[in-house]
Order: sequence, then structure tokens, then C-alpha cells
Amino acid sequence: MKYVDEFRDRAVVATLAERIKQTVSRPWTIMEVCGGQTHSIVRFGLDELLPKGLTLVHGPGCPVCVTPVSLIDDAVRLARQPGVILCSFGDMLRVPGSQGDLFGAKAERADVRIIYSPLDALELARATPNREVVCFAVGFETTAPPWAMAVVQAKTMGLTNFSLLVAHVLVPPAIEAILSSPQNRIQGFLAAGHVCTVMGYEEYESIALRYRVPIVVTGFEPVDVLEGIAMVVNQLEEGRAVVENQYVRSVSREGNRQAQAVVDEVFEPSSRIWRGIGEIPRSGLRIKSAYAEFDAAARFRDVLARYGPAAQEHPECQSGLVLQGLLKPPDCPAFGTRCTPERPLGAPMVSSEGACAAYYRYRRAGAG
Amino acid sequence: MIMMDDQSFELACPLPMSDKKTVQLAHGGGGRLMRELIQEVFVRTFDNPLLAPLHDGATWPVERGTLAFTTDSYVVRPLFFPGGDIGRLAVHGTVNDLAMCGAKPLYLSAGFILEEGLSVDVLRQVVKSMAEAARAAGVSIVTGDTKVVDRGKGDGIFINTAGVGLVPDGVHISPQSVRPGDAILVSGDLGSHGVAVLSVREGLSFAGEVQSDSAPLHGVVEDLIGSGVETHCLRDLTRGGLASALNEIGEAAGVGIVIDEAAIPILDPVRGACELLGLDPLYVANEGRFVAIVPSSQVEPALAVMRRHAVSGRAALIGSVTDRPLPPVVLQTVVGTTRILDLLSGEQLPRIC
Repeated sequence: MKYVDEFRDRAVVATLAERIKQTVSRPWTIMEVCGGQTHSIVRFGLDELLPKGLTLVHGPGCPVCVTPVSLIDDAVRLARQPGVILCSFGDMLRVPGSQGDLFGAKAERADVRIIYSPLDALELARATPNREVVCFAVGFETTAPPWAMAVVQAKTMGLTNFSLLVAHVLVPPAIEAILSSPQNRIQGFLAAGHVCTVMGYEEYESIALRYRVPIVVTGFEPVDVLEGIAMVVNQLEEGRAVVENQYVRSVSREGNRQAQAVVDEVFEPSSRIWRGIGEIPRSGLRIKSAYAEFDAAARFRDVLARYGPAAQEHPECQSGLVLQGLLKPPDCPAFGTRCTPERPLGAPMVSSEGACAAYYRYRRAGAG
Repeated sequence: MIMMDDQSFELACPLPMSDKKTVQLAHGGGGRLMRELIQEVFVRTFDNPLLAPLHDGATWPVERGTLAFTTDSYVVRPLFFPGGDIGRLAVHGTVNDLAMCGAKPLYLSAGFILEEGLSVDVLRQVVKSMAEAARAAGVSIVTGDTKVVDRGKGDGIFINTAGVGLVPDGVHISPQSVRPGDAILVSGDLGSHGVAVLSVREGLSFAGEVQSDSAPLHGVVEDLIGSGVETHCLRDLTRGGLASALNEIGEAAGVGIVIDEAAIPILDPVRGACELLGLDPLYVANEGRFVAIVPSSQVEPALAVMRRHAVSGRAALIGSVTDRPLPPVVLQTVVGTTRILDLLSGEQLPRIC
């Protein structure tokens, strides 16, 4: 299959792995930002092909994982409101809040629907004018444009029963938060190819410059990931720290201007709490006041205000350390014992892009 | 032997069933309307001498040998999908469960739970489809039951079928017969049924060309056994797909299984749809595919027999059995590394981006 098979070619993978081995002269630590890359690495066992001194740590790039408990609780509460249809992408439904997950709410007769595209939710709102269609809009810069487009279309169509509970987050502020932490040990980054397809990579250039860290925009297939690693390693060995683009078949420096424009039309940056990590300034998106009628947080303010202060993470869950690359999932004492996909303590164990889920699924003890 | 699944039979009775166009609660109430429904929709269409007496159960004389007995319930949305419908599925699923025991399928029961308001035409279509599938598979539907539930309490039609089959003497197909060194064969390309159903249920136009693989498998199984291929274990790859089936076999047999990702046949449209949605085709449901576990010396004859049948024309060798039971299944990836192929916690969910 085109665009897949050539990027999973065994001989090319072996050649790239060998090239990395030849280049590395001392230990380096590289973070892949995106959960999609983490899954590719663990699913294809790419880390096993790397020389011993080269360490990959997994980043915060799983939107499901970093959505705060309080927002999941809000989604569950809204789903339980009479007359509300709560729409969500599938992998959000198993993520535990403090009041259970959306699957639990669905089992208790809340109307929770899995959608494949924001346009599905828009169509649902049009077709059911007597119901409130609330969409749990979760994601990075990649999914922000379709949600923004849905809001613009809802306004054009004159819909009055369509709103978003926005949990959108942005990658560059998270990279900066990691780099400015005193515990940081990351020396190079694989930036997320799909986020950069939308946003381009200009904004990463100042980060590379200020923190003297190589950043390589990287795709998701095994050949992409290894090539991205090879490019970071080259820079580290040569003492360079610039932004380079491995994912040229999808990413340009300026990104998709049209997609950026629609995001700017509807959303503006805001402070955001990242689950397990804490608050990062200007790291999230919220709906602009011109579109306030489509903001579920405003629309249902009275409903949500009835509940007490925001809930906290399960005390035993160390997902914050995992998401910052400070702890490998199998090194967590709860991994695979008190925390499993059936009974998760935190989101990374159930999200399809979560690091803990990747290790649980592909790499448990006794494997290989 | 040639599969007959493409042959069609005109069995529907032209007589209208009373004057009702939709199923009503009274159709399950035990009175005259129910009798009309049973007579005009089920009995005429399933038409066979064991069903005709309309007794509380069917009876038949017993041959020597070993009986196989299985049951399964069918709840699919939508009821009709590319390459099949709930009726075909309800016959093929149970016929295939019997075939996986090495049995020749003989008789099926059919229990219907109908939702009030269901179109009688839809019911007729499903029943006709069941009759065609049963006839093509050489089985008779000899007893049944109908219940009607309130509107909103069902999904149109739920069907349960149970089946009885006869296992020939000397056939011992089970995980306990699996030995280290055995070969793992798969009967064809994987994932088409799950993707076909998903594509119509969710309106995914990019997967529109994919057809369900729903088909009866007893013909090829009978041929495998009849040709003298020493068949240790068979398993159809329904819910949970190849990955779940191999895990179940590995655990039950106390052996390990190693499979080669590159050798597993998957059609490009199915791969493409799965890549887009973040689904792994190795966990996607099939309704006309199975794995056969045979001694390594029997690989060539087994593949030759399987490839004689349309339903298993793309049969392939995908792996082997080892004496290391943990983890039960290891996958050699296309890039040359290895990882475990685990059971999933629940259903696969489409991803965000």
C-alpha cells in the first residue's frame, strides 16, 4: 500500500538503524513529542534497534492523556443532563475522571455518541433541533481546524443547539515547559509531524535557538521515526541546534495557512491545566467571545457551577512524570498491577496514544 | 467441492401476511397473529419436514459418532451491509462454529427477538436470506422461537441460532491437539467484515468498496479432513479477530505462537481504512475466515486443499507453534523486530488524530 509499505521497509529500517549506530559517539536523550510516534516506536520495537547510549523518552503529545480530570468530569456531567447529546472521539470514552468515564455515563443512559468527524456532530445538531449537541473537543493543533470550521458552519447555518467543551492544547508551550524545568534532561526533540502539517515549524525555530536544542519535524512510520532520530543525532554530534524537517511529504515551513486562519477566527490562546503536569500559560485554546454561544463552558455555566471544586488526579498515578519524560511506564510501581487498561488509574493507560497503554499492549514482561 | 454461497433461491411466499406491514407486540403474544407470522414468514420460507409438524421441538434419529452442539446470538447494526445481512450471518456463524469442531453441520434452531415497528418486509428479507444461506450450507432450520419487544427495547432484529453437527470418528480437533512445531495457516485476507459493517454504520465513504467476508466454512473443513490432512486445531476469526483467536488457542493449549506480520493477507482498502481510523486489522472481526493448525509436514497439502475453495483461496502460512507459552502470541513485525500480540481490553476505538 502506497505511503505505508515504503516507510515500513525492513532493509531501509536496518540501514537507518546502522547509520545511527555509526554516528552516535556518546549518550544522548531524545524526546518524541507525539503519542502517535510513541506507539509507532513501541509497536515496531524501534527503540530496540538503537545503540545503548541513545535514550528515547516519551513526551506529552497525547491529547487524551493531558485533558484534566476536571474537564472530563464536566463532560460526564453534561452528558448526564437531560436533553444533551454528548459527542466525542472514541478514545476519550475510557479515560477516567473522578466521577467515572463517559462509557460509564453511557451505560447509565446518558446519550454519548462516538463521532468520526466534527461534521458528524454538526449534522446531528441539525437533525435534532430539540436536543443540545455538546462536543468534547479534544486535541492538539491537528484537530483544532475542523472544530473551528464546525463552529463557523454552525453560525452560518443558524444552529442554536451546538456547542464545544474545548480541551484543546498547543505543543510549543509544552516543549518550552519541559525545557525550562530544572529536571530537564532532553537534548533533542522529534516534533509531531501532523501538528506541523497544520502549523508549520516557524514557531519552533526560536525554541531551538533559545534552548540550543535540535528539533526535527518527524512523521510516524518506522522509516520516518528512525530518519528523524538520525537527523537529531547528527545535529547533536556536530554541535548544531536548528529546526529540520524530516516529514517533507506533508510539512512546509509555513504550514496550512487556511487552517490556521480558521483556528484564529474561532479560538484564542488561553492558560490550560495539563493533566498530571499542571498549568502552562497560553498552552490551550478557548472560544473567542464572538462565538461565545458555541462555548459549552459558557452555555452550561450554571449547570457546571453546581458542582464543587475541581477534582484531583488519583494520588497513585504518576502520569505527570510519564508525560514529561521523567518516568518510563514499566518503572511505575502501579504499572500492570494496580493500573491496567481494565482498571486504569490515569489516562495514559487507556488512550490509544498513551505511553502506558503502548507498553502494556506491546511490551509486557516475558515478551519477545 | 464448490461453494454454493452465490446461488440464490426464490423461497419467499407471495402471500401477504395478514394486512400488517409492521411487527406488532401481538405478533409475539401467542395468539392468531403470532401463528400467522410463524406460518407465513418462517415455516414457508424455512420449509423442511422436521419443522413442518410445529411441535415444541424437532426430533430425528441419531447416527453413531460424536455430536457437536453450539449457539451464538447475532446483533448487528445495520441489518444489511455490503456482502451480507444479519440472516446470512446468523446461519454462517453457527455453521462455522460447528465446522471448527470438525463437525458436519446438520440442524439449526432460530430464535428471533423482534422490535415492535419492524417492517415485515425487512423481516421477510432476513428470513429469506437465512433460508438461502442454510440451503447453500446443506443445513435445515428445524425449530425456532419468536418474541416481540417494545419499540426502543431492541435494534430491529436480534437472532439466536443454535446448531447440531456430527463429528466423524477419529477426528479430534481442539487446542489440546496443538503441538510445538505445528504450522499456523490462515484461510484468507482479514478484516473485511468488520470494516464493511463499520463503513455503512458510520458512513465512511472511503471504505465503501469493502465487502463482508461472511461465508460458510464447513465445505473446506470437510475437504481438509476428508483429504487426510492431520488437522490439530481450527478456529474461526470472529469478534476479536486473529489476535484474540490465537491468544485463546495459545493459552488453552499451553503453547506459544509466533506469527509473521508480513505474511498475513489483508486487502489494501481494509488496511487503508484501519490506518485512517487507528484500528489494528488483526483485531477486526471476520465472518468467513479461520486459522488451521497442522503439523509442519502438512503445510503444503493443507494449503492446496484450502486454495481449492473460493472461501479460502488466499490461504497462507503465517506462523508456527513454539514450546514457550509466555507470552501466548509473539508478532514478528514487518521491520524485523518482535512484540507481543495481546488480547485487547475491550473494543477497539477510533482515535482522535
